[in-house]
Amino acid sequence: MPKTSQSARKRTAKPRKRAERRPPRLVPEPPSRLPRPFMPKPIVWKEGEAPRIGVFICHCGVNIGGVVNVPAVVDYAKTLPFVAHSEENIYTCSEAGLASIKEAVKKHGLNRVIVASCTPRTHEPLFRSACQEVGLNKYLFEMANIREQCSWVHSHEPEQATEKAKDIVRMAVARATWLQPQDEPEIDIKDSSLIIGSGIAGLTAALSLANQGFKVYLVEKEPDLGGNLRRLHKLYPTMQDSSEILNPVIEAVKAHKNIQVLTSTNIMDVKGYVGNFLVTASKNGQKTEFDVGTIIVACGSLNYRPPEGLYQYGIYDNVVTQFEMDQLLNKGAIENPDRVVMIQCVGARKGEIRAYEIEAFAMSDTSRILRKILKARKEEGWPYCSRICCMNAIKNAILIKEQSPKTDVIILYSDLRVYKEYEDFYSKARDLEVKFIKFIEEAGPEISETPDKKMLVSVYDMLAGHEVKLTADWVVLSTPLIPHKDSILLARTLKIPLSPDGFLMEAHLKLRPVDTQMDGIFLAGSATGPKDVPESIVSAKAAAARAAILMANKKMRTEAITAVVNPDLCRGCGRCEEVCEFKAIELVEVAPKVVNARVNEISCKGCGTCSVTCPTGAITMKHFTEKQVSAMVEAALTGT
Amino acid sequence: MGEAEAEFEPLILAFCCNWCSYAGADLAGTARISYPPNIRIIRVMCSGMVHPALVMDALSKGVDGVLIAGCHPGDCHYTDGNLKTERRFEAMQVMMEDMGIETERLRLEWVSSGEGEKFARVVREMTEQVKKIGPNPFKPR
Repeated sequence: MPKTSQSARKRTAKPRKRAERRPPRLVPEPPSRLPRPFMPKPIVWKEGEAPRIGVFICHCGVNIGGVVNVPAVVDYAKTLPFVAHSEENIYTCSEAGLASIKEAVKKHGLNRVIVASCTPRTHEPLFRSACQEVGLNKYLFEMANIREQCSWVHSHEPEQATEKAKDIVRMAVARATWLQPQDEPEIDIKDSSLIIGSGIAGLTAALSLANQGFKVYLVEKEPDLGGNLRRLHKLYPTMQDSSEILNPVIEAVKAHKNIQVLTSTNIMDVKGYVGNFLVTASKNGQKTEFDVGTIIVACGSLNYRPPEGLYQYGIYDNVVTQFEMDQLLNKGAIENPDRVVMIQCVGARKGEIRAYEIEAFAMSDTSRILRKILKARKEEGWPYCSRICCMNAIKNAILIKEQSPKTDVIILYSDLRVYKEYEDFYSKARDLEVKFIKFIEEAGPEISETPDKKMLVSVYDMLAGHEVKLTADWVVLSTPLIPHKDSILLARTLKIPLSPDGFLMEAHLKLRPVDTQMDGIFLAGSATGPKDVPESIVSAKAAAARAAILMANKKMRTEAITAVVNPDLCRGCGRCEEVCEFKAIELVEVAPKVVNARVNEISCKGCGTCSVTCPTGAITMKHFTEKQVSAMVEAALTGT
Repeated sequence: MGEAEAEFEPLILAFCCNWCSYAGADLAGTARISYPPNIRIIRVMCSGMVHPALVMDALSKGVDGVLIAGCHPGDCHYTDGNLKTERRFEAMQVMMEDMGIETERLRLEWVSSGEGEKFARVVREMTEQVKKIGPNPFKPR
């Protein structure tokens, strides 16, 4: 065994083909000006104080209680070592449930608390703060996930689910026995913000933050502000000119003393962490650097241009997208046509990615998942509903009808989604005698040219039950909003995960809509998925409010999960320094000829790679110590 | 004989990284995708936190299978913790060969926070596989 460990360590230390596998370094590094690291404080805990664990098992209504026999688990928990108290709650996260935790801590002198309920990813902060209220360090709290990872997935086998719940609770108790209180380092939050993208979302967020007194850097890669909205003409459902909305906002942004506008500028790199980001931007090859406390990503989306040949697009000039139709209407280029045919969900049903897009990714990025996204899109198209296309088509149809009432406007759809107040908008189009024809997704319309240079659209009318042939002067394709290549690359730099559709992903679909997994980075506008103007503005204001909360507080506490070096075991080999992606660990001469590794608690993200690399076992992770994890392993093995 | 094998319910430990795979496991729950109840999930911050010695220790104590699940390459919350795990995984397989344990008992998978279905599938496959191999010879009797 020792020999095998040794040979394994060698392999671990000198991985094969390391240079090839290593992705480009995009990780935040701490700016050198920040306060230098300090040695971790000794952990204060009462020597000789035996753990007294309280276990609270949640029914979660019927979510857990309907499958798992909760009273049996409570009885079982009472038999486990160091468990001083165990009880069941209908909803532990309710006011009453939290009160019972606090009461039990006081009554039974508990010094560890376990809640067996849902996932720690959503509810841990709530229970931790309840513990803090009664003076218990929040790192003495542990969660046992018996809903997402037990009752919900084993709903058909209640007996086994109950046994598994007991096991999960036993593992949590084993871990809790070894938990220790931790101190969280406090960091300063700079009162400035970087906003990436100057579409309506970016502009709104910039104004909102600047009006609250924060310094804002508004970075736009194009020479002009305004994003997609600048290229649009009329907006649904009010039929206002987009400039009516956009121009006052742009002027206000340009004139605001707190906003520095950087156009034709690209973000090259973002280093650091929440409160202290160091941004490197480049304008025509000229680099500038500035510090910000928070970042709002409002880089928007792209209107999909179909590949050449899809519905004859790019081959005939009178086949255009809705976006182009909007511009043609603006120019007055549409003069009383006999018939206009619009096709919905183009590219969303059987679209194709242009080949150069995939090539660009293959060259510029090592990530397999990106290529996977694009490959899937190439095969399936953009299968999500783009939300805006139906209203956009109706808007252009109404514009054409109002301009030339004799023109026959027909919208071909397989699904039509006109939500909330847009139902009236749809009725208005019907009143104006815009026609709607439903086709079957699998048998979409086909387009050819007639001898008199018009387009012939043949489509199977599902409701009438026969094929119709329509001669049209214009064919208009409704194409979805898709993620921008640059925004995907930006996500890499900022370490924001991507959704399967390729948009930037929020921290939680329901509970944290504008947050990202990265502290201090927020999302606004259509970067997270197709949005219309009001929705973009709402999300921008929400993101600005989230960023302002951080900056107004000026300070925040970070997770205490960091690496700790035991100086007695450290021999100063420097392997930890080598593997650390965050430059959070370095060798320091602590005494003449004695070199030890030292951890910068603020830069340390707590990934634990160094602790595995350390040949002497000198590095442990706070809150994930070897004892704590192996206690869980052992508990898993000790069957009921 | 055949009956005894059918009764064997393996114990599989899964080390899931907090950012992707644990969230993927949660999503499997939220989407109510069922999988065999043989798995016990241990949350770690990163798959790169899983010490080979810990895995070997678990196997030498009789765990029937170990699943290490991390973010997809390039998606790691800590840049390349998962790639380091991938290299350690090779080392762990060598250690297992030396110990005389079937390398199929150990599996490394990339499960993102959006792949609940994949997580369930991996657990299903792995349970099947470990059932086929049989109980861990190191399991105390």
